Amino acid sequence: MKDKPAIQEFIKGLWDENPVLVQLLGLCPTLAVTSTAENGLAMGLAATFVLICSSFLVSMFRKVIPGQVRIAAYIVIIATFVTIADRFLAAFVPDISKSLGPFIPLIIVNCMILGRQEAFASKNGIGRSLLDALGMGVGFTLTLLVLSAIREILGAGTLFGMKIMWESFAEWGVMSQAPGAFITLGCLIAGANWINKRRKA
Amino acid sequence: MNNTAKIIIVLTLITVISGGVLAILDTYTKPRIEAYQNQIKSAAVAEVLPKNVKVKIVEKADMTFYKATKNNKVVGYAFEVSGGGYQSELVLMVGVTPDFSEIIAAKIISQVETPGLGTKIENDSANKEKPTWFMDQFKSLKVDPAITYVKNAKPSKNTEIQAITGATISSAAIVDILNKQIKTAKAVINK
Repeated sequence: MKDKPAIQEFIKGLWDENPVLVQLLGLCPTLAVTSTAENGLAMGLAATFVLICSSFLVSMFRKVIPGQVRIAAYIVIIATFVTIADRFLAAFVPDISKSLGPFIPLIIVNCMILGRQEAFASKNGIGRSLLDALGMGVGFTLTLLVLSAIREILGAGTLFGMKIMWESFAEWGVMSQAPGAFITLGCLIAGANWINKRRKA
Repeated sequence: MNNTAKIIIVLTLITVISGGVLAILDTYTKPRIEAYQNQIKSAAVAEVLPKNVKVKIVEKADMTFYKATKNNKVVGYAFEVSGGGYQSELVLMVGVTPDFSEIIAAKIISQVETPGLGTKIENDSANKEKPTWFMDQFKSLKVDPAITYVKNAKPSKNTEIQAITGATISSAAIVDILNKQIKTAKAVINK
């Protein structure tokens, strides 16, 4: 892993190891809050913030934290940053905080974040860990943005709250509810697999 | 240093630092969060009471009333009511006349009902001219003997409202909450 150029750690999170489309991690917030593009973007950015800060600290203290209690230590570090993100959103953008509801505190158990600590930050230097976290975070945010944009356009006829569909467009109510999340995510993953198969062939 | 001691020291340090950081953060964010919540509440109070009145907070038996007076005469009370909707807790601010016989206005403070159906109680985007038509029906609505609702028809009595098609449970929940809790509030204030 060390002989790869460092920039590769960033790029892999965007597509080849995309946390949502390829690793299928962090699906709970992916499905739950992507009914509008604004929520999807906010969730993506909040998770990215937590991921980058946690990866930085875990990587910095990776030689100090005893192996037996590493998961407990990671969880405390992650929970601290999640609480910071949660309080920050509640204080400065209360409307978004209200619509994301319990899903911000639930970033603590987002397996993408714990997964990166265990699989990467605990074994690599600070620089590479930061690049890895940034790549995964950006990949996660972009995927959520695409997913939530599709759902908002079809489900409400708007994008970031602005009307973009024609006047007589009938909203697909199902898209803004849970089944719409599963259908859209399924199509996205199928699309990603199809592209990857064709690229390999 | 043996391993057990190391485990204890490291975990203790991490949690203590974490607690400290969060405590400092809380002193910065708490006033802002509280200010925002008060702002929402006072905006709702202003919306459900008559215009140009003095509002005084009255605490009685665990309930908070916003008493509106004009020229030293009580012109209405506002208070918060809440209860279960179809899938979420509905919280409303309601303003009533001093004798509790008529609703001045009611406003939803929070609800997380089914998007596109139950959410019409707050905002019905299908009705372009009046997206808030459902809650508007409660303006100057009589509550004695009880508020009732009709489906797919225009209300014919001064205690009647029209339920939302496809969201009867949410509509009925609001009627039920108002019926019960306005009576409770009346009993509390007259005690």
